[in-house]
Amino acid sequence: MEPLRDEVVHASALTKTFAGTNAVDGIDLSIRRGEVFGFLGPNGAGKTSTMRMIACMSPRSSGDLLVRGLDPTFAGPEIRAGIGLVPQEDALDSEMSVFDNLVIYGRYFGLARREVRARAQVLLEFAQLADRASTKVDHLSGGMRRRLAIARSLISRPELVILDEPTTGLDPQARHLVWDRLFQLRSEGVTLIITTHYMDEAEQLCDRLVVMDRGRIVGEGTPRELIASTVPREVVELRLNPGATPALLVALKDHVERVEQLADRICCYGEDGDAILEAVIATGIHPLSSLVRRATLEDVFLALTGRQLIE
Amino acid sequence: MIAILRALPMGPTVTLSWRRSAHVIERNVMNYRRNWFYLVSGFFEPLFYLLAVGAGVGRLVGTVQTSGHSVSYAAFVAPGLLASAAMNGAIFDATYNFFFKLKVERTYEAMLATPLSVMDVAIGELGWTLVRGMLYAGGFLAIMAVFGDCHSYDAMLCLPAAMLITLAFAAIGLALTSYMSQWQHLGTVALAVLPLFLFSGTFYGLDAYPGWLQEVVRCSPLYQGVALLRALALGHLSALLLIHVLYLVLLILFGLFVVSRRLARVLTP
Amino acid sequence: MTTAPPRGFFAPASSTAPPRRRWRLALSFWLLQYRRTWRGSILSTFVLPTLYLASLGIGLGGLVTQHLGNHAALLGSTSYLRFVAPGVLCASAMQIGINEGSWPVMGAIRWQRTYHAQLATPLRIVEVLDGHLLWITIKIGASCATFVAIAAAFGAQPSVKAILEVLVATVLGMAFATPMVALSAHVKNDAAFSTLNRLVIVPLFLFSGTFFPVSELPRPLRVLARLTPLENGVALCRSLALGAGFSVGQLWPLLYLVALVIVGHHLARRSLTARLVQ
Repeated sequence: MEPLRDEVVHASALTKTFAGTNAVDGIDLSIRRGEVFGFLGPNGAGKTSTMRMIACMSPRSSGDLLVRGLDPTFAGPEIRAGIGLVPQEDALDSEMSVFDNLVIYGRYFGLARREVRARAQVLLEFAQLADRASTKVDHLSGGMRRRLAIARSLISRPELVILDEPTTGLDPQARHLVWDRLFQLRSEGVTLIITTHYMDEAEQLCDRLVVMDRGRIVGEGTPRELIASTVPREVVELRLNPGATPALLVALKDHVERVEQLADRICCYGEDGDAILEAVIATGIHPLSSLVRRATLEDVFLALTGRQLIE
Repeated sequence: MIAILRALPMGPTVTLSWRRSAHVIERNVMNYRRNWFYLVSGFFEPLFYLLAVGAGVGRLVGTVQTSGHSVSYAAFVAPGLLASAAMNGAIFDATYNFFFKLKVERTYEAMLATPLSVMDVAIGELGWTLVRGMLYAGGFLAIMAVFGDCHSYDAMLCLPAAMLITLAFAAIGLALTSYMSQWQHLGTVALAVLPLFLFSGTFYGLDAYPGWLQEVVRCSPLYQGVALLRALALGHLSALLLIHVLYLVLLILFGLFVVSRRLARVLTP
Repeated sequence: MTTAPPRGFFAPASSTAPPRRRWRLALSFWLLQYRRTWRGSILSTFVLPTLYLASLGIGLGGLVTQHLGNHAALLGSTSYLRFVAPGVLCASAMQIGINEGSWPVMGAIRWQRTYHAQLATPLRIVEVLDGHLLWITIKIGASCATFVAIAAAFGAQPSVKAILEVLVATVLGMAFATPMVALSAHVKNDAAFSTLNRLVIVPLFLFSGTFFPVSELPRPLRVLARLTPLENGVALCRSLALGAGFSVGQLWPLLYLVALVIVGHHLARRSLTARLVQ
């Protein structure tokens, strides 16, 4: 793969080895300017290791990597000067005020004090933290901390912002506020890289995404492409009395394309969900509950890795 | 110095910029702006020791002999306490605070996501202990002068010498802390510092020890500092003092080498 | 999947009377915890005071002996080692009391939330408090006893009555531990501990007759020093170490220290209640 002109990240056969095991196992990536690119996968899939290599915070073990057209091995500071990172655990200065956190971070980029202060003011508004400017970070809620971490990553006008699980642990309201801000960034041409293990988040935010499992990329494309190419259109979820499952599976064999047995329910995949449900009722086995829905990324993930995303 | 630092075998990825390091110092200054009282209170502890040991215990001891001269106990013990204060001022920042920022707050992870490099962080943290140490040592030296414990203008050299001690203990403290993984490990710091404080010739000369023990104590970094400061404060200058200086400089470089290697390994695996 | 518990396993117990002597249950937590952490604390509670004794008693003592032929300044002690040993004993009892009353208490409230866990059981606040205080008492007592034994090995303890010193030093330690618990429950920030240590504890440690007689202090400071709990403990321990006969006068400092423990306990109870049961 040759790097393209509008590529912000270009990787081929990128590998990261920790103590003999490949956390990232020869992946190819091409992330273009202005897009929102997602890494989807369970814990330990290699998402964070990949992000850290892209952010020039971890040297690669082998393969090629260009970020902003430069090689991280030799141009770490130059590359990082154009990247904003929102790490999983925020890494804010908890003893300092909200405002000071922004200011000192901007200073790390060598920005002038006056410029940083002016920008920090605007970012506080953007993150809905203006009334908290002098609060110690210690006293912020989880959602506020995350918004501050995002605001902090924007202090240096980065062209690429990397967010590691931006909404993990947040309540639904706080998540939507974060999503809204990320859309705003995208509309101004900022390239975003996001890791997540929430399917709805990936579907909502990402232009393109890769599904990672055990260090490898197992699926790639837009959310729609991924769903269309990997799983049938509809799903019937059934909860059954213990013991009823085997008989039902035999009876349904001709009506469904695929069946996944989960701990508390079974999922039957096919082009027409209602038809499947009718077939279930015709067997005379009555499920405790049933639900017909469209296939989602969750189902893609289940099909690609044989596992549920959040266990 | 820059040449030496750049020449440390760190691999191609490590860069150093004094300007970027300065931002690490700036962060610490901002952090302490809210806790300025805590910062200032650190100045009083060595002062209390000077009064209690110099004046109080001094009444019980009278005068002592050092390098063939007879001096008051207060004048004898003050440079020793200054050296200990230089050590203590550095060690807390370089161990507890460093551990907190490294393992708990992940401050350095945030820093390394910016143009700052591992070497910038290590040099910046050392620089901060230097700023803080200068504050304490300068104040202490001024009070020594007021009490008449400085016997010549050479005593002004105590300030740079105390900075060397601060840097040496900061560098070693950072290096050791970078190997620690639990809070409990920090308990060993007090365990190392107190024997140094008590047995490195701060309170009495080496002749209190049997011959072989004298040689052991001579190897202690704090003894090197105490001997240097005592000679400078009492005006007993000689070329041999350069050996103490060399010892401390080597300690600084060694600590810096270890800590930047460890930080690179821990933070950018 | 693991096997399911047998039927009836979750059936509610028929009798749920609260256990008796509940402070013992709180104490057992700290004993259990100590099984994991004793190594670190052995070193700091026993080794550090011993180092003080060796450095000051023997090293500095040599200089004092050279200067003071008549021992007049040492309040009857026949050597600086014998003079300083009760001082170091009491100072370290104070230090342990302060330490045990600060970080572990703040931890039990804010970090490990041990107190919250205990209060979710039949334990009441005063039982949680007494269990912890008893543990601190045991810790201070044990380390004082060891210190006195070590001091005896150094030749600093000429009298058997000196064993009473352990008792006095332990009460002294608790006189600091109890108000410290009250303070720890009250403060928001652990930076308060460092400031308190530098501005209050260190001066107490240095000027309470521990390393030189308070009679060497200028008069106003001397009066102030005589009022401190540490000076009272040191003076009492020193007279016990000398093996002088009992006198009623020796009871006053002890009563003073006991009174401080009672007041401290009251404050600690109030402060913990305010913090934990809002």
